[in-house]
Amino acid sequence: MKKLEGKAWKFGADIDTDAIIPARYLNTSDPAELAKHCMEDADPAFPAKVQPGDIIVADKNFGCGSSREHAPIAIKAAGVSCVVAATFARIFYRNAFNIGLLIFESPEAAAGIAEGDRVAVDVESGVITNLTRGEEYRATAVPPFMQQIIAAGGLINYVAERVKK
Amino acid sequence: MPMTITEKILADHAGKDMVKPGELINVRVDLALGNDITAPVAIREFERIGVATVWDRDRVALVPDHFVPNKDIKSAEQAKMLKEFARKHQLTNYFEVGRMGIEHCLLPEQGLVGPGDLVIGADSHTCTYGGLGAFSTGVGSTDLAAAMALGETWLKVPESIKFIYKGELKPWVSGKDLILHTIGDIGVDGALYQAMEFTGPVIEALDMDGRLTMCNMAVEAGAKNGIIAPDEITRRYVEGRAKREYVFYNSDSDAAYAAVYEYDVSQIEPQIAFPHLPSNTRPVSQSTGVSLDQVVIGSCTNGRMEDLRVAAGLLKGRKISDQVRLIVIPGTQEIYLQAMREGLIEIFINAGGAFSTPTCGPCLGGHMGILAPGEKCLATTNRNFVGRMGHPESEVYLASPAVAAASAVLGRIAHPEEVA
Ligand code: SF4
Repeated sequence: MKKLEGKAWKFGADIDTDAIIPARYLNTSDPAELAKHCMEDADPAFPAKVQPGDIIVADKNFGCGSSREHAPIAIKAAGVSCVVAATFARIFYRNAFNIGLLIFESPEAAAGIAEGDRVAVDVESGVITNLTRGEEYRATAVPPFMQQIIAAGGLINYVAERVKK
Repeated sequence: MPMTITEKILADHAGKDMVKPGELINVRVDLALGNDITAPVAIREFERIGVATVWDRDRVALVPDHFVPNKDIKSAEQAKMLKEFARKHQLTNYFEVGRMGIEHCLLPEQGLVGPGDLVIGADSHTCTYGGLGAFSTGVGSTDLAAAMALGETWLKVPESIKFIYKGELKPWVSGKDLILHTIGDIGVDGALYQAMEFTGPVIEALDMDGRLTMCNMAVEAGAKNGIIAPDEITRRYVEGRAKREYVFYNSDSDAAYAAVYEYDVSQIEPQIAFPHLPSNTRPVSQSTGVSLDQVVIGSCTNGRMEDLRVAAGLLKGRKISDQVRLIVIPGTQEIYLQAMREGLIEIFINAGGAFSTPTCGPCLGGHMGILAPGEKCLATTNRNFVGRMGHPESEVYLASPAVAAASAVLGRIAHPEEVA
């Protein structure tokens, strides 16, 4: 099925949503505006250098802090194809599924991938391939219910289907 | 099968006799909450669902509090979306400037959340209401949109961790210090996806404001919710306020916990969380070398009546240091009025501080106290991430209202006993 491929941008542990999209930009929820400041307080140069398809790779507890959905929205709108992290903070995890940002939990991938590596992700199987180093990692399985949300194209489409019935 | 308080509330709202950690369940929601940052996104998503109106106009609460009174034109546009949505759907619980408060101070005070409730809010500190014995958790805007349409949401039943607090509190040690100490101990993901259940004789003696403060910061340890078993103190707080019936749940004595932590509080000093993580805690006695530019007393963590009383008690008859700005922000209009009746506002102003209308304001770096590069602020808020209160090169130190007041007087981080 769907394969993603891109260059890895590495971040550390406990990247909070204030670092992903600072509150000073939250007077709008326009995805294109938010994308301009994506990851700004973790790496000010990130919005300028990220290319469509690139992959964010981070250590544990990615997306901790506030519930702002603006965080996954900014990442998605910046063209990032998916986020791979050792673990995700829970609200970010929910939000990502709900808005259709692909995320993969894999401590091995987080440890094995270095900045600049070419990485491919098989969305269906959760197999993450490090093309630069010739390594393969597995992502934690996604619960079937959440797969349904992804298949529907996000929570709102899923709920809209339910309401119609 | 024995269950924890969290599991019992979830089971009842799922219409089940029992639930187990890890299970995905669909639950009935008693109240759904949004604010001026998260609700605009939720409203747009809600409109895509294709329902005519919200599931229950009494159970959707919209509280503009982050950037209000509107700080700029864009913020005004966002707040306007809430107002128009509230009018269109005739929401009973929309709170305009002048009647509003910081959401997590306001809803318990107004009796809109109560013991045994299941509440979701598009704000991470929705976990505050665990202080009342409710299950409450933060979600995103899209989750809020779905709940506004259906009156339901899906949740994964969390494992519970039990925290037991024993011993005698030292002078000036508050609920804020207990929760900072705990987060310092277990880390910012120490309770990831789990429920933090606060128990023991110290919690049983803690007033409601202190309980709300502790549950408020459960999310800072990555938790899904924080919770405290309701008791007489809870009953006294909710009687005469609760707008709906409430239920007292309790954990079974043989319920299963993923971990149990026990603390002897007689060993705990007032705590300071250093930049840039809430888990970066040190006892105040090891922190007194940090000079400050600003002190903020407020937020959904420590903007309640008891917090203002403690701070004013220390500031009475004193002047704050020439080096600092002191900004005091009551959590709600009700608290504002009560502070006025008790003469606290006069104390803050005479001490050289500013007293504001309720708002989240500087807590999230919105307005009303933004920091310049290199500036240091000690705040009674809950997060000290990079750039949280302004410029990415500014610093935020987290502490209790007592430490904040003492630090304002001395212009550096200070133990309350240094000025008391
Ligand atoms: S006071 Fe701070 S933490 Fe609380 S709801 Fe407002 S911005 Fe969030």
